[in-house]
Amino acid sequence: MSVLAYIESTQGKIKKNAFEIVSYSSALAKKLNVDCHVLTFNTDDSSELKKYGADKIIKISNIELDNFDAKIIANVTAQVAKSINANCVVLSSSVNSRYMAPLLAVELDAGYLSNVVELPSNLNPFTVKRTSFTNKAFCDSTINSDLKLIGLSSNAYGIKENEGKGIEEDFNPILLEKSISVKSTEKVSGKISIADADIVVSGGRGLKGPENWNLIEDLAETLGAATACSKPVSDMGWRPHSEHVGQTGKPVATNLYIAIGISGAIQHLAGINSSKIKVVINNDPEAPFFKAADYGVVGDAFQVVPILNEKLKAFKAQNS
Amino acid sequence: MKILVCISHVPDTTSKINFVDDNKTFDNQGVQFVINPNDEFGLTRAMWFKEKQNATVDVINVGLSNTETTLRKALAIGADRAIRIDSEPLDGFFVAKQITNYINTNPYDLIIAGRESIDYNGGMVPGLIAGFSKINFVTNCTSLEIDNNQATIEREIDGGKEILNCNLPLIIGGQKGLVEESDLRIPNMRGIMQARQKPLDVVPCSNQDLRTNSIKFHKPEPRQEVKLVSSDEIDKLIDLLHNEAKVL
Repeated sequence: MSVLAYIESTQGKIKKNAFEIVSYSSALAKKLNVDCHVLTFNTDDSSELKKYGADKIIKISNIELDNFDAKIIANVTAQVAKSINANCVVLSSSVNSRYMAPLLAVELDAGYLSNVVELPSNLNPFTVKRTSFTNKAFCDSTINSDLKLIGLSSNAYGIKENEGKGIEEDFNPILLEKSISVKSTEKVSGKISIADADIVVSGGRGLKGPENWNLIEDLAETLGAATACSKPVSDMGWRPHSEHVGQTGKPVATNLYIAIGISGAIQHLAGINSSKIKVVINNDPEAPFFKAADYGVVGDAFQVVPILNEKLKAFKAQNS
Repeated sequence: MKILVCISHVPDTTSKINFVDDNKTFDNQGVQFVINPNDEFGLTRAMWFKEKQNATVDVINVGLSNTETTLRKALAIGADRAIRIDSEPLDGFFVAKQITNYINTNPYDLIIAGRESIDYNGGMVPGLIAGFSKINFVTNCTSLEIDNNQATIEREIDGGKEILNCNLPLIIGGQKGLVEESDLRIPNMRGIMQARQKPLDVVPCSNQDLRTNSIKFHKPEPRQEVKLVSSDEIDKLIDLLHNEAKVL
């Protein structure tokens, strides 16, 4: 018996959310009194995983797996899970992990729950808390199959150090044939994606037009943050759909979410509710966002944001 | 081309979320139910295939008779036929099994589902159907073109997008981008009248196999009141974020 953590790397480097997945998996393994195994694909240096509780690091190196193919990755992960007799598999809420998870659930005949926010409150029946109704509620849910698949919500558990045994081992999987081919991949270079960001700076209709987005982008650059927007802004074509956060857009679960000129429609708030700290800057003190935020500034974004940016630059210079 | 669109019957995005029956059941008092937004983008794209490429479009839902208003709306938008599998949607696994059983005897070239429903947010039904039926699967789909037996799909990835090619049959998890918000259709009177005459088949459910149970709901703790900082004291905001919230 064991817990298996499925983590992601990009260009040989472990992605940051992996450390949270391993922290959670090792705590879960302790609860179940089993070892925590971590599966890595094409990762140059996996030694850091030990610090967060990896007892065994199962390494797969195969250039054919560089392009993510959900069916093949799910099948390979199932081969590993079976080989170590895993009773729980944990993965992140990244786009690729969510894509692969249901396919893996079928391969393993496992019960799967996504958006899990805590360690199980009970092992029999296996009960975990997850978000539902797009963050407007939580739900205690049980998984009643022998093998359990857990999709952990981003930033829900946090990164916790907890030394594991850190034994490294290679695994040679058998690969299924590809049935979907990748024609091209387009990544916005030099920009942090909403999924990877610790801080998100988001703009709404209050910014009056796409020509004013330098305010958002400058502030995001100072903070090392990703940029996002409200639904009307993406519907009007001021910003691409990929930046739309909210109920029908992307969910955001960052440490700090700064909303500028966003009134705070219920659908928007639902999408960003899982963020830890919310700051709102809006000239309308009646804007519903003030009821959902931790900190607020009532003021004109065109005045407040440049000042905030300058002061943050000075703060960063002092504290780095 | 035969298309099946999976339709979830969900509370409207503006609904207040409350629970009854010792927090075990969603309170649908006064709640307006709609086609799940991610499914509606897919349904609207299916209408395009119907009009431009002569496709037939069926819609399917796993639910009790109260979901028929939502299926009739899909028919009024332009779907040809509706299927309701007669059961409470017990969990994602159960729903996917029911739809898989249906498509095993009634094959389709293209199955469109939403990337997730906005109520339970499981995000698993299209992927599970694909896993059970071994059909090609792409989720987070933001664009879809079909040429003969070949699909070209745009998929959103973390920090970008990729273009994929595969053969039909295919199942996708759709989202905004598949069509624009402004392309969504409000059924007109003619559509509503026609929808009454269109077939809505009720199919018995095939088994009671499930993997998960939702036991109890909670609403988030009421949050503390916002701390307001005056716009000429921005230093104070930075200080609070650094020393109190510890996020800078």
